[in-house]
Amino acid sequence: MIVVGSGLSGAGAASTLGELGYDVHCFCYQDSARRAHSVAAQGGINAAKNYQHDGDSVYRMFYDTLKGGDFRSREANTYRLAELSAPLIDHYVQQGVPFAREYGGTLVNRSFGGVQVQRTFYARGQTGQQLLLATYSQLYKMVKAKKVTMHARSEMMDLVTIDGKAKGIIVRNLVTGQLERYAADAVVLATGGYSRVFRLSTLAIGCNGSAIWKAHKKGAYFAGPSFTQIHPTALPQSSEAQSKLTLMSESLRNDGRIWVPKAKNDTRIANDIPDEERDYYLERRYPSFGNLAPRDIASRAAKERIDAGYGVGRLKNAVYLDFKHAIERLGLETIQDRYGNLFKMYKKITGIDAYKQPMMISPAAHFSMGGLWVDYELMTTVKGLYAIGECNYSDHGANRLGANSLLQASVDGYFILPNTINNYLVGEMKNEHPDTAHSAFDDAEKETKAFIDKILAIDGTKTVDHFHRELGKVMWQECAMSRNEEGLKKAIAQIEQIKTAFWSDVKVTGGDGLNTELEKAYRLADFIELGILMCTDALQRNESCGAHFREEFQSYEGEAVRVDEDYSYVSAWEYNKGDFKLHKEELEFEFVEPTVRSYK
Amino acid sequence: MKVTFKIWRQEDQNSKGELNTYPVEGLTEDMSFLEALDHLNEELVIKGEEVIAYEYDCREGICGQCGVFINGRAHGPHDHMTTCQLHMRSFKDGDTIVVEPWRAKSFPIIKDLIVDRSAFDRIIEQGAFISSKTGTAPEANAIPIPKAVSDRAMDAAACIGCGACVATCKNSSAALFTSAKINHLNSLPQGKAEQHERVNAMTWQMKEEGFGSCTFTGACEIECPEGISLINIAEMNARKLKSLFFGD
Ligand SMILES: Cc1cc2nc3c(=O)[nH]c(=O)nc-3n(C[C@H](O)[C@H](O)[C@H](O)COP(=O)(O)OP(=O)(O)OC[C@H]3O[C@@H](n4cnc5c(N)ncnc54)[C@H](O)[C@@H]3O)c2cc1C
Ligand code: SF4
Ligand code: FES
Repeated sequence: MIVVGSGLSGAGAASTLGELGYDVHCFCYQDSARRAHSVAAQGGINAAKNYQHDGDSVYRMFYDTLKGGDFRSREANTYRLAELSAPLIDHYVQQGVPFAREYGGTLVNRSFGGVQVQRTFYARGQTGQQLLLATYSQLYKMVKAKKVTMHARSEMMDLVTIDGKAKGIIVRNLVTGQLERYAADAVVLATGGYSRVFRLSTLAIGCNGSAIWKAHKKGAYFAGPSFTQIHPTALPQSSEAQSKLTLMSESLRNDGRIWVPKAKNDTRIANDIPDEERDYYLERRYPSFGNLAPRDIASRAAKERIDAGYGVGRLKNAVYLDFKHAIERLGLETIQDRYGNLFKMYKKITGIDAYKQPMMISPAAHFSMGGLWVDYELMTTVKGLYAIGECNYSDHGANRLGANSLLQASVDGYFILPNTINNYLVGEMKNEHPDTAHSAFDDAEKETKAFIDKILAIDGTKTVDHFHRELGKVMWQECAMSRNEEGLKKAIAQIEQIKTAFWSDVKVTGGDGLNTELEKAYRLADFIELGILMCTDALQRNESCGAHFREEFQSYEGEAVRVDEDYSYVSAWEYNKGDFKLHKEELEFEFVEPTVRSYK
Repeated sequence: MKVTFKIWRQEDQNSKGELNTYPVEGLTEDMSFLEALDHLNEELVIKGEEVIAYEYDCREGICGQCGVFINGRAHGPHDHMTTCQLHMRSFKDGDTIVVEPWRAKSFPIIKDLIVDRSAFDRIIEQGAFISSKTGTAPEANAIPIPKAVSDRAMDAAACIGCGACVATCKNSSAALFTSAKINHLNSLPQGKAEQHERVNAMTWQMKEEGFGSCTFTGACEIECPEGISLINIAEMNARKLKSLFFGD
């Protein structure tokens, strides 16, 4: 069995498959499995435990998730997510995750955006780290048991299919540059999100879309590629040279209040602006959810204020997140206990003490709801190829609720895949094990080698980062928080130009051994193509839903207008020699009547 | 802003390395230290030279992949900070900045500033887990854990596995890293069943990998980005002793 990725989904799947007795090979591009980007999640993980007796239930969580996703996901998947959430917390506690506790020793919860109950479990501001380290430990438990072989610094370059079935992968050893072949009865992709297509995002620098893109080119449909979440509370960009945006956990919105000055170009420092001259715009527009409005809505509202000229900070690209009232109400100590490490991190990066002045925050690309299309068993349209965690399109629809994706990645890996994959393997393992000497491996390896050699041979005049910045600008401008037909058409043309320029003018020095510049280059080459598909997808969807906001489809109050009659489907794209063919999976709602998603 | 970087270049583990000098202009105080190196690398590419190899991933202080010596200090001039969190405002215009890889026998250099820290994974492999299979867990609130116990476990569990503690230690000891993991698991009720085996297996592997012994100089604690306390090492030693009496 091959598992590509060692995040919550990949490491969870690899260790559990190992426990079931399979012989597993797990791959990651970092130097250790423990560094997968799941490690960076701060806020928490949701579960319908109803520990707080505030009326939570599996049904309620299912409903919140479906509604949060603006009714663009399958009911059955979403229900399963909610159902498996409670046992997952049991599972993590048993693995030694030090979740926050009450003085009496029971588990604590807090609330997160888009939800009115407290169902989020957390470990300080390092929940993802604690879950990942627990999962990594389980992975190494199975390495010790000799059921899992871990390949770090190993990047999947291509998928190998034999008779239309996934049978292996081509891997580049990032230390030696050698191409290696691995064969298996099934291949599981758990490669995380692709928001680095925007260049500036909350993702790690190495996060890529390459593995799923290569699989897409080998026949796996790509679903909802344009559904990408822009997070409302990241640190603003401060210079052109910036390489990433740091997230400030959404949990801060539990106690922090978001505002901008009522007057344009107000140059006073934040603390000098009296309350009546502040516009708490989320509380004003969405009185019942206020600062806890879902991410897409909070991001768009911030963009609206910033674009209208009310932004703050040196580049006028930010809004305030203020803890003054919370500190008055709850005391400094409580705020320190809840968010201490986030305030520390804010200070390290900006040099500002947020206990004394409000934070400045800004929207940033953060999560991909889109990904490889999977059926209820998490199998893609290529037989024997599975996609789990953030790299698939499954439970979140057009917008993901905070703290639901650590959950999704975990249950995909630990609970769902190790059960469903047997249905396929039962038939498949009767056949002979695939052999890396098969001509399909020769072909795939040759293709990969040609791809790398071609990049190295261009010897142009511009750096990889130059092209990534260009791509990022176009994607952020036209395919992020707000989109329109004209802009998307223009974006596609511009990305085509970037593609041509990249393939004729990029310069990568060094050879095909350890070469970090080369790694960036081949990942970018795939991002460029993915960018075109994202714009194509956004263009075909003539409605606004969740994170996909088409300016032509909004109410007079500026709220999203969904068009259920025509667009109640998941778009699943087939790759066809550089073109994309649309397939539609109609969504049927048996239990919930899709309503207008209101958080007012 | 203008600085002069002196950076360690080394082709691979077996070749000899040296410090090369790179004057860099056009930096700003807002840039992170790694962005300044990115900037330098872009210049090198344009000049047709091979880029400097250094490590990072999250660039927000949590993955533990970054880490170099900067002017003789692990992760740079500040206490409790990762390399990726360092910003150029911590340097003065015209400064010379010496950048070297982690130096420890158990962390062989792979190229330039990149080292091999897989020894850490092998220490984890020996026992940093609770042996219960997926699907066998009891209800989460069935075992109450006092907040103080859970908080202490969390303090220890926060280690990001960067290796600064080893790199900065004159004995190249991995005691801070190893003890943090042992104390995290051994202090929780779920981890108790295997506590003695864990402490023995992990400390044994630590020696096996060639890490030195701890002589309590405390240098590691200061460089540790997560502020993992030195007390962890004393606690680990106590646990080791306890296992002699109570382990089997
Ligand atoms: C800053 C931040 C904060 C977040 N906070 C929260 C939160 O509070 N709550 C929540 O629920 N969700 C949160 N999320 C989302 C959540 O963390 C992720 O969606 C989830 O962890 C993804 O897990 P994964 O297993 O799918 O992927 P990842 O953890 O990203 O793992 C991907 C793995 O794939 C490997 N890989 C990738 N490409 C290749 C390749 N080509 N070859 C080989 N290996 C490859 C990587 O090495 C890595 O091991 C946050 C996300 C970010 C970025
Ligand atoms: S103990 Fe601290 S310095 Fe050592 S590896 Fe862990 S986080 Fe890094
Ligand atoms: S790059 Fe992740 S900790 Fe520095």
